[in-house]
Amino acid sequence: MSSSNKILAVDGLTIGAGGESEVAPVVDRIDLTLAQGSALGIAGESGSGKSTLLLAMMGVVKPGLELRAGTCRFGQLDLFAAPPAALEKLRGGRLALVPQNAGLALTPNIRIGDQIAEVLRYHAGPADQERHNAHIAELLALVRLPDPELLGRRFPHELSGGQLQRVGIAMALAGQPDLLLLDEPTTGLDVTTQLGILELLEDIRRKQGMAMVCVSHDLGVLARLCGDIAIMYAGRLVEQGPATRLLTQPAHPYSRALLASIPRLASAGIPTGIPGRPPAPDQALAGCRFAPRCRHADRTCSDVVPPSRDLTTGHLVACHHPQLGMEPGSAVAKLATRQHPGATEARLLVDGLSVTYQRRGLLPGLRQTQAKRALDRVSLILHRSEILGLVGESGSGKSTLLKALAGLWPVLEGRAVMDEHRDLTEPVQKRDRDSLRRMQLIFQNPDASLNPRHTIREILSQPLRLYFSLSRTEVEARASRLLGDVRLDASYLDRQPAELSGGERQRVAIARAFAAEPDVILCDEITSALDVSVQASVLQIIRELTQEKQVACLFVSHDLAVVNAIADRIAVLYRGQLVELGEARQVCAAPAHTYTRQLLAAVLEPPASGGGTVSGAPA
Amino acid sequence: MLKLILQRFGAACFTLAFIAIVVFGAVELMPGNACTAYLGRDAKGAKLESCEKRLGLDRPAFERFGEWAGRLAQGDLGESVRRGKPITELVGWRLRNTIVLAVTALLFGIPIAIGLGVLAALRRDRPVDILLSTTAIFAMTIPEFVSATLLILVFSIGLGWAAGVVTVSYKAPVLDLLANSILPAVTLTLVLTAHILRMVRSSVIDVLESEYVLMAHLKGVPFGRIVWRHVLPNSLLPAISVIGLTMAWLLGGVVVVESVYNYPGLGRMAVDAVADRDIPLIQAIALLICGLYILSNLATDVLALMLNPRLRTYRT
Repeated sequence: MSSSNKILAVDGLTIGAGGESEVAPVVDRIDLTLAQGSALGIAGESGSGKSTLLLAMMGVVKPGLELRAGTCRFGQLDLFAAPPAALEKLRGGRLALVPQNAGLALTPNIRIGDQIAEVLRYHAGPADQERHNAHIAELLALVRLPDPELLGRRFPHELSGGQLQRVGIAMALAGQPDLLLLDEPTTGLDVTTQLGILELLEDIRRKQGMAMVCVSHDLGVLARLCGDIAIMYAGRLVEQGPATRLLTQPAHPYSRALLASIPRLASAGIPTGIPGRPPAPDQALAGCRFAPRCRHADRTCSDVVPPSRDLTTGHLVACHHPQLGMEPGSAVAKLATRQHPGATEARLLVDGLSVTYQRRGLLPGLRQTQAKRALDRVSLILHRSEILGLVGESGSGKSTLLKALAGLWPVLEGRAVMDEHRDLTEPVQKRDRDSLRRMQLIFQNPDASLNPRHTIREILSQPLRLYFSLSRTEVEARASRLLGDVRLDASYLDRQPAELSGGERQRVAIARAFAAEPDVILCDEITSALDVSVQASVLQIIRELTQEKQVACLFVSHDLAVVNAIADRIAVLYRGQLVELGEARQVCAAPAHTYTRQLLAAVLEPPASGGGTVSGAPA
Repeated sequence: MLKLILQRFGAACFTLAFIAIVVFGAVELMPGNACTAYLGRDAKGAKLESCEKRLGLDRPAFERFGEWAGRLAQGDLGESVRRGKPITELVGWRLRNTIVLAVTALLFGIPIAIGLGVLAALRRDRPVDILLSTTAIFAMTIPEFVSATLLILVFSIGLGWAAGVVTVSYKAPVLDLLANSILPAVTLTLVLTAHILRMVRSSVIDVLESEYVLMAHLKGVPFGRIVWRHVLPNSLLPAISVIGLTMAWLLGGVVVVESVYNYPGLGRMAVDAVADRDIPLIQAIALLICGLYILSNLATDVLALMLNPRLRTYRT
């Protein structure tokens, strides 16, 4: 790559905690270059340092961190040596960033239009108010926001998450950047919204010829958006190369394991996760940072930092023992064939259930006839040992159904029965203890659902003491057995949630739900807050436990691929109505409803494996 | 929005009514009554009876409360036992004087506090910030009677720059009063500024660390504008409620400061009334101070509502 068309060059960039701390750097000796008009995707799990790297590309290091070594150049300008005035002119103009969470990145007291106007004011040169206003409306229309003139006068809190994300993009595009940096641009959006935004970005990039760097944990998104992909692990780039090649012929064991842990629509069954957890920041590792979790690691790996080397042109890997292709067998790894509930009993029966958005008011008759229905005559049956996946976008009513079943939301009409005689239309306050015990909920975010001041022992013994009369030693024994069920050893009993990783915390939440020996488990997006490599093991645990304890599980998720991996049957909710219900394989392979087809079409997956060939392996 | 304001207003009225009951009830529950307090605990016979008759204390409590509250609603606070004058007349001027003092302290204190608070936040952990923050803590922790005495020692007795004691009549015109009340105003301003300064500082620091300020920075917005448009409005919002609380403190502090400087205000009158055991007067002043407190809270609530776009665009 000649230096003339290089727009961004990162050279030996190292960023770490300030002062004289021994803590491992957050971003460690990163080398990257980007050609004008090209798109690079940086993939990494939470804590890999990808967002810090992206901010450094704006010449910014967050407080608490400092630049330890290396440079980051935009064109000829060294971003960490440039005078503040030059940076001010550059940022928001030729170099712009789309924030991860536009809801937090937009100033609450300034109208949307005025926030975009700021960019124009400092970067688009002098123009009168009217031309700016027209330009702003144009930008808002460009990101396909409805009613641009009106929207510009709104405050951030008046917009939805998807709309805010579009505003974030419009604001970045206002300065007509040559390089656009995107931090998880579609995280938290519905799949169809996500697809719309990615198409839009692709379109604008092609038209305006700008370069892009996109950071995401989602390889499917990056595969769609970027020609090149770099994979980051614990602050280091482990592999980079053309997307099509890297995603089908990954060479680094981490990339291979990561790709293998992504659930795919084409292959039902739960993928394999990556055992272990990323190194803690204070953990000093002399060699490869992935070595402790790597199957192929040897002495060299733990002692010597693997240099980055070329496999083929442009495909670089930092590994002592690179092997091309997916982990053998892992991509098709499945749990033992699902035991289909043949002559099984119905654990949960929902018949014509309707729920309104409005809570019961003073005049129920008047209000509820007018109110929009959050759930409209939903009927389904959940059998023993069965996992029923419930998919739908935000606002489809999937969480409302869980709330209604748990008695946290009033039911308008219809029937919901557990174990053939327990009425679930009763609010939770009116249910007896046995009914409460038989239905357990697992929430999306274990950080919020586990008491941070309790030890795991206290967390697990609470339901045990509440529902069963057990002696102290019995409680202790059961608690450790429950931990064993979720593959954590008894030493975790004395720890607090903060000492656990996100995946481990979610496993504790699962153990707590199973502690009550329930008949029905309701899972609300339980893997959405987890990294893919961790997600697989959580899915596996849920699958095993429902089978083993003969529990019926209602598994709510926005992610069709995840649901397809774990569920026996899939139900699709759309605007409160159940539009499709069938065997998982059938729903994914031959969807009957148009909406299901739309959902399936919007699912982004990295291209499937080339099948373990080693054609390009170095001699 | 209007509905929210009306709700707040309704709540304020309700609180005031409740306080009236408490103030009246508290006196009823105490052993003795206004006459025994005035005449002494051992008062007996005709003297006590005539006093009770004069104040209507021989009638049942409910009846008296009804009458008291009825007159209260018309702005009549009753009659002082010791001073033999209508309380409204006694209290009116003092109320004006106290409000003058408090408002002066607020008018100087709030802008100074906001300015210095923002300065300290922008120079966080640097000498300016450390100096301001430590000074503020000192100002907050020293009781007003100590700081007042120190100020008198230095500026009145030592340097002779300002009067140590307020000597003008309680009916003096506002400007005369103020010219003679520099030190009391300074004493109040000092503590007030310290409280608000610390709040503004921490609030500005919070906002400076927010993602939207980082984003404004990444948009290439000049620093001055970031502070003015993005930081200030969002950090002053939480500060407003603290200003409301500080005003409540101010009403307490006023009692001490007025006594030290002999300032002819409500606070000093309250102290005098307690010393005289003039119960109707104490009741009236307690009620007035509560009223001021509720009013200032209501004002800051409404101000916060109007400055918060989230609430301003709130629709029911």
